[in-house]
Amino acid sequence: MSESITQQKTDETAPTSGGFSFGELIRSPAAGAFFGMIIVFLIFSLFGFQRNFLSVGGLANWMNFASTVGIIAIPVAFLMIAGELDISTGAVLPASAMMLGITSGHYELPMWLGITMTLLMAAGVGLINGLLVTRTQVPSFIVTLATLFAVGGLTLALSDALINNTNVSLYSPDWAKAIFGTRYFGFRTSVFWWLALIVVFFFFLHRSPWGNWVFAVGGDAESARNAGIPVNRLKIWLFILCSVCTALAGICQVVQFNSAQSATFFNMIFFTIIASVVGGVLLNGGFGSVVGVVFGTMTLGIVQQGINYTEIDRNLSLLIIGVMLLIAVLMNGTFQKLATSWSTKKDKG
Amino acid sequence: MSDKKPVLELRKVDKSFGPIDVLHEISLKVREGEVLCLLGDNGAGKSTLIKTLAGVHKPTRGEILMDGEPITFSGPREAQGRGIATVHQFGGTYPLMSVGRNFFMGMEPTKGFGPFRVFDREKANRIAVEEVQKMGITRITDGDRLVGGLSGGERQSLAIARAVYFGARVLILDEPTAALGVKQATHVLRIVNEAKRRGLAVVFITHQVMHALAVGDHFAVLIRGAIAADFRKGEKSREEITDLMAGGEDMASLEAQLETYMDDHEGHPPQLSTS
Ligand SMILES: Nc1ncnc2c1ncn2[C@@H]1O[C@H](COP(=O)(O)OP(=O)(O)O)[C@@H](O)[C@H]1O
Ligand SMILES: [Mg+2]
Repeated sequence: MSESITQQKTDETAPTSGGFSFGELIRSPAAGAFFGMIIVFLIFSLFGFQRNFLSVGGLANWMNFASTVGIIAIPVAFLMIAGELDISTGAVLPASAMMLGITSGHYELPMWLGITMTLLMAAGVGLINGLLVTRTQVPSFIVTLATLFAVGGLTLALSDALINNTNVSLYSPDWAKAIFGTRYFGFRTSVFWWLALIVVFFFFLHRSPWGNWVFAVGGDAESARNAGIPVNRLKIWLFILCSVCTALAGICQVVQFNSAQSATFFNMIFFTIIASVVGGVLLNGGFGSVVGVVFGTMTLGIVQQGINYTEIDRNLSLLIIGVMLLIAVLMNGTFQKLATSWSTKKDKG
Repeated sequence: MSDKKPVLELRKVDKSFGPIDVLHEISLKVREGEVLCLLGDNGAGKSTLIKTLAGVHKPTRGEILMDGEPITFSGPREAQGRGIATVHQFGGTYPLMSVGRNFFMGMEPTKGFGPFRVFDREKANRIAVEEVQKMGITRITDGDRLVGGLSGGERQSLAIARAVYFGARVLILDEPTAALGVKQATHVLRIVNEAKRRGLAVVFITHQVMHALAVGDHFAVLIRGAIAADFRKGEKSREEITDLMAGGEDMASLEAQLETYMDDHEGHPPQLSTS
């Protein structure tokens, strides 16, 4: 309206870009996760110095564990940011591994076909989760709890019926080994999948316009709907993404170890949620970051797996995870307050 | 005044949510260069009506015309793309997102091409800060700042600045002054007048008579989802409008009722039952 008054103001407000900014760091949901990981890493380095924690082998050991969790944790975090939760991952993971094992292993279908069928099956589970959550008013925790048990039960029943066994072995062709299940420099292929997905997911959440929508849906779904954001469609796609990524982790596992088990992997539910929360993702949605979840996953990896390479009693890892989770939840509130009150321009005059 | 062209027109629009009928046979014209004030009690259906105009709801029956042509909005983004911008009554901002991202929610500026299109943060921040400052919120100078750190009035101003920026033809404001102080409310009224002067059609919902009178050219009163009165500026006195804003109840008769009550009960207020 009053063009003349504001015109001279705009020069001052030219965005500052590039370089390190404390404001940006503190405002990032990853800040707490970053400091947490550094602290845990330093403590474990101290106690693990004599036990090869800092060797490549030690690093690869917990990174291998972290990669499986990490591939699933990022899309789980997307759903949490969008105000939903997916705990069916604990069943989709073994279901995918079994599916590939049964199709390409037991029935000797071509590998590519088995993989395609596995990914489609997972996408179907995600679609069902998404449709149920968006069409009914049932909270996603309950919906995915139901699909967790349904898929878990179906996996057991079908394995028993089809191959009369709850385990299956799979010997993959070389190309499949190279893509999904071998080791490079001691690191499993899944680590490289994880690293690649981090880049893609970072771009999606923090750079593409769709990332904006994910945050908006979790921040205020009604306002997002009013702004024309396809809230339901977005949620359905996120559920599909979550199941498909879980299937990818399952495929990597079965190809890596040449065998699959059909038992539901309940721990995966806790691992992915812990990685997200420790990574600074807000449980009620609207806040979080890919980098934070990566830090959270790595912290979990160090405490859960890296502990074997230290002098710390292995039995303490659960206790440490519990305390860490509690601290993270308490700190997340503080970091949010810091984030919302911080303005880079404040201190520059 | 009626020579002005209607930008949007509703013809016998009904809106029901399942079994609940909220709007009945609403016919209205929103003309360019005019401010239409929607009056009515809480629950009368004002917000539902403007959501229908904004493309959030599709009419159950009846039609919407834009520039005389029947139109069906596929959603709010289509309406916004056609220059209809709305400030909804509740929310509209996301506390844990930056000023720039809030401002362009759903209409993100991008750079790059194909699947590598990225949100143009610098452009978004620059425009958002400029536009918010035009609203008189000079305290906001950093587009990266999270909206949660702003006051309620500042957030509302952000939502209004956004609508003013995207509203090329129609500006719809659903009780925009409710969260604002006197100074900011006055500013909003000035914006409404300015938008009108620029030839925009404005739909303005308010509970404050003074605000309605200050800017309204045309008034429509909604009672239980139907238009109960439709008149132009100067056709009704201020008292009559006040009565209509109180939900169509006659204020004078309300006062009379109160008086008889007080007389009957010797000036005691109603007793609250203690059981
Ligand atoms: N999505 C919806 N589903 C069901 N009923 C609704 C919905 N939106 C509004 N209503 C009902 O429509 C009526 C009018 O609401 P609203 O348009 O918000 O009124 P106003 O803005 O005039 O206060 C209310 O009774 C409300 O409960
Ligand atoms: Mg309303």
